[in-house]
Amino acid sequence: MELFHDVKIDWLGKKWYFLGFSLIFSVAGVLSLLFWHHLPLDVDFKGGTVVRVKFDEQPNTDLIRAAADRAGLKDARIVTYGTPANHEVIITLAQHDTSEAALDKGRATIVDTLTRNYSKQGANAAGKLDLDNAGRSSLAAFLEQHDPEGLDQKGADAAAQRYEQQAQAITSFRDAEHGGLLSSIDSLSGVADPAVVNELKQNAFLSGFSVRNVEIVGPQVGAQLRKQALLATLYSLAGMLVYLWFRFELIYGVAAVVAVFHDTLITVGAFSLTNQEISLTVIAAILTLIGYSMNDTIVVFDRIRENLRMTRRESLHDLVNRSINQTLSRTVLTSGLTFLTVLSLYLFGGEVLRGFSFALVVGILIGTYSSIAVAAPMLVAYQEWRGSKMSKSATLPAAKRARV
Amino acid sequence: MRKNLTQKTILIIAVLLVFVFGIIGLPSGLSGKALKASLLKRISLGLDLKGGTHLVLQVMVDEAVNAATDNDVSHIQSDLQQNGITGATVTKPDATHPETLAINGVPLDKAGDLRSLLESRYGSEYDLHSGASGSFTLTMKPSAEADLKSRTLQQAIDVIRTRVDSLGVSEPVIQEYNLGSNQILVELPGVDDPGRVRDVIQSTARLEIHEVMGGPWPDEQAALQALGGAVPYDSVLLHTAPGASAPGSGNDVYQIRKTAEVAGTDIRDAQSSRNPNTNEPEVVFYLTTAAGNHFADFTAANKGKSLCVVLDNKIQEVATIRDQIRDQGTISGGGITEQQAKDLSMLLRTGALPASIHYLQESTVGPSLGADSIRQGVTAAVMGMLAVMIFMLVYYRGAGINADLALFLNLVILLGFMGYTGSVLTLPGIAGVILTVGMGVDSNVLIFERIREELHAGKSPAAAVDQGFAHAWTTIIDTHVTTIVSAAILFLFGTGPVKGFAVTLTFGLLANLFTAVFVSRVIFDANLNRKQRGEAISI
Repeated sequence: MELFHDVKIDWLGKKWYFLGFSLIFSVAGVLSLLFWHHLPLDVDFKGGTVVRVKFDEQPNTDLIRAAADRAGLKDARIVTYGTPANHEVIITLAQHDTSEAALDKGRATIVDTLTRNYSKQGANAAGKLDLDNAGRSSLAAFLEQHDPEGLDQKGADAAAQRYEQQAQAITSFRDAEHGGLLSSIDSLSGVADPAVVNELKQNAFLSGFSVRNVEIVGPQVGAQLRKQALLATLYSLAGMLVYLWFRFELIYGVAAVVAVFHDTLITVGAFSLTNQEISLTVIAAILTLIGYSMNDTIVVFDRIRENLRMTRRESLHDLVNRSINQTLSRTVLTSGLTFLTVLSLYLFGGEVLRGFSFALVVGILIGTYSSIAVAAPMLVAYQEWRGSKMSKSATLPAAKRARV
Repeated sequence: MRKNLTQKTILIIAVLLVFVFGIIGLPSGLSGKALKASLLKRISLGLDLKGGTHLVLQVMVDEAVNAATDNDVSHIQSDLQQNGITGATVTKPDATHPETLAINGVPLDKAGDLRSLLESRYGSEYDLHSGASGSFTLTMKPSAEADLKSRTLQQAIDVIRTRVDSLGVSEPVIQEYNLGSNQILVELPGVDDPGRVRDVIQSTARLEIHEVMGGPWPDEQAALQALGGAVPYDSVLLHTAPGASAPGSGNDVYQIRKTAEVAGTDIRDAQSSRNPNTNEPEVVFYLTTAAGNHFADFTAANKGKSLCVVLDNKIQEVATIRDQIRDQGTISGGGITEQQAKDLSMLLRTGALPASIHYLQESTVGPSLGADSIRQGVTAAVMGMLAVMIFMLVYYRGAGINADLALFLNLVILLGFMGYTGSVLTLPGIAGVILTVGMGVDSNVLIFERIREELHAGKSPAAAVDQGFAHAWTTIIDTHVTTIVSAAILFLFGTGPVKGFAVTLTFGLLANLFTAVFVSRVIFDANLNRKQRGEAISI
């Protein structure tokens, strides 16, 4: 099988269409960054408290909101998360509600409010263990304290070991097989000793929700991370410029970095346009893109350089077109295959990686386009501009030294 | 040629075996369960996959500077007294600059003596400036200050590590956090109730025993009145803790000697127990030999006077010295629970934090989310890999098998490498593995396309393969370097899970250089060897 065999497309002749396309997307992104959604930042960068809760049935966000209001969490943002079938809700408290001195308070209040208002046991849950939210260690401690199997006579170590085992079995049954929520305490009879199940029926309850994760970020860390992310992005771009300068010529490096900057801008713009939050992992994806978008550009540049060494008569315009066409199957296949894996990540990788894989999906598409439509035309445009100034025919520096 | 090829094949198989060992070690059996168990033993999962708590703490190192200069203020005061310099005052003039001390009102005829005294005693740590009319300024040297701060940070890390260990958390990470200054990163796998950990980590637990010089008074005003308006320089006023076992009505004020007879570092051991008379929980502590000797001398010489036990600047207990005490004391009363007594004795054993600690960040991943993440990450990896492998087979046929073999070996090397180096696999790390598959196969595409091009140009299969590898090589190096450079920058700047991503991506691409170029070439050569001269290859 072979695609793109012997193609003859005049890519450079379409440069005004490309310019228009790039401008539309960059400007739309920049406008959204400036005037519409701005830069939606995740709690990592913004600071504040985020609690992700999974319920056993479709949660009523209005009820939760009212309860949060009563508990004094005035500006809590409560939205459903992911697919509706997951019954998940994200509760966000802004920075000013979580001062550094009381970082933990917001989370405690949220869990407390939910336990009191949401769970079916409601008020009579007081003093009992919430089996939907107990960790392995707290469950083991609970069992050890209540000692339903009367193991204390056999020695504290034996009891601790046995209950640790039981707690491990119960929590892994709950978390690995039931997504963190038990349907009933009776369902444990297959995994835990009858005495333990009995004890739990007496002194534990199921709250009907499970805290999936909690992020609490103080203002200082947020500011620190924003600075680091920006610096890392700039260093990456600078690194690419230096490497291409070293391997090719300065103008190749400049063209490639402009193309990658164009990719980064459009990717960040896409986050703003779709109002998705930029988290630390998204920054990781963007840095990866900066490196990866270079690949296609390098493949095209390598071929331009190789062709420059071999022919002298062909015009630069034709030579660059020919180079792009010769490497077209490579460019499309390499990006396409990486795109396949990233798409699989986007489709199957879950909510935690959604932003990360979204950045890569958008970035790889744009990155491939920009190698052909931005980087190569820039090289030619530079030479034409230099040629017109020095009234010489347009040529490109072939390379510092011959390789291969 | 053939012999050379055999050697290379042996090398490849050896590498494969070595890295398979890196992934699973020597499994106890060949069942799925045994393999999974030995896999998990070799490759440790990150907090985001196994659940746990991640904390970033700020150590208030300025407090340690403040305490050190406070100490020196009282030292200088007693130096002045011993040398008969009266009328001079030692102060810290600026609360925002705890590293600066000022001495004022030194009689002019004593200024020279004092200068040489200060220089000989404090010259190594302070810069000395003399001002007009008998005044001196001592500023802690920047090097001494930086040294003190980094010592404080290290001490805080050590104390927190001992405390976390005593809580029974397995495989905790406690280290300096390089993103900010004087910050500590704490990772506690399996802990999803950070409340108690937080209390234990954050308690300063500074225990001291001071001589009681006066009191009790109901409040500070009464105390000042009784002391004639000012607290003498060698003593301070302290409140009792709620429920302290001390004479008086509860929240009283005592005048105590500023310098402690027993300091936090003098404690050798502490245990929680129950009081034999009242059966209330209490904490018994024991002093080190040196401190015990000093304390024995002191108590022998001061029978009838009172002592107080001070915990975190609150008086816990006041008692009269009836007999010589050598090395043992108790903290009781206040209705402390058994758990509190246990925690306090643990805190005393581990020693006091040198400065207080603020929480900057906390992130907790519940175990159910971790389990979901593993499942989704593995699904995405398998689907992505299958899609790529099938595409390569369809598009390149025979050479597709070659690429798929190289890809498989690439993954084995990546995971084996992680097993050997003890790298942590995080969810973004799994994403890094998936990306490695996508990017790794790029090298094969570059080579195969070049080979096809050479074949179109009319070269023989052997020459085409040779040229294809030679030409694609530089391009492959270039593309790998750019991606690895950005992954390295990510590694330097990233935290936790993101670092895991940078690690897997870098390892994966490095391994790819071996598999896509070397291994792939060997497979091609073996193929060409079997064929007749000039017979076509499947690509």
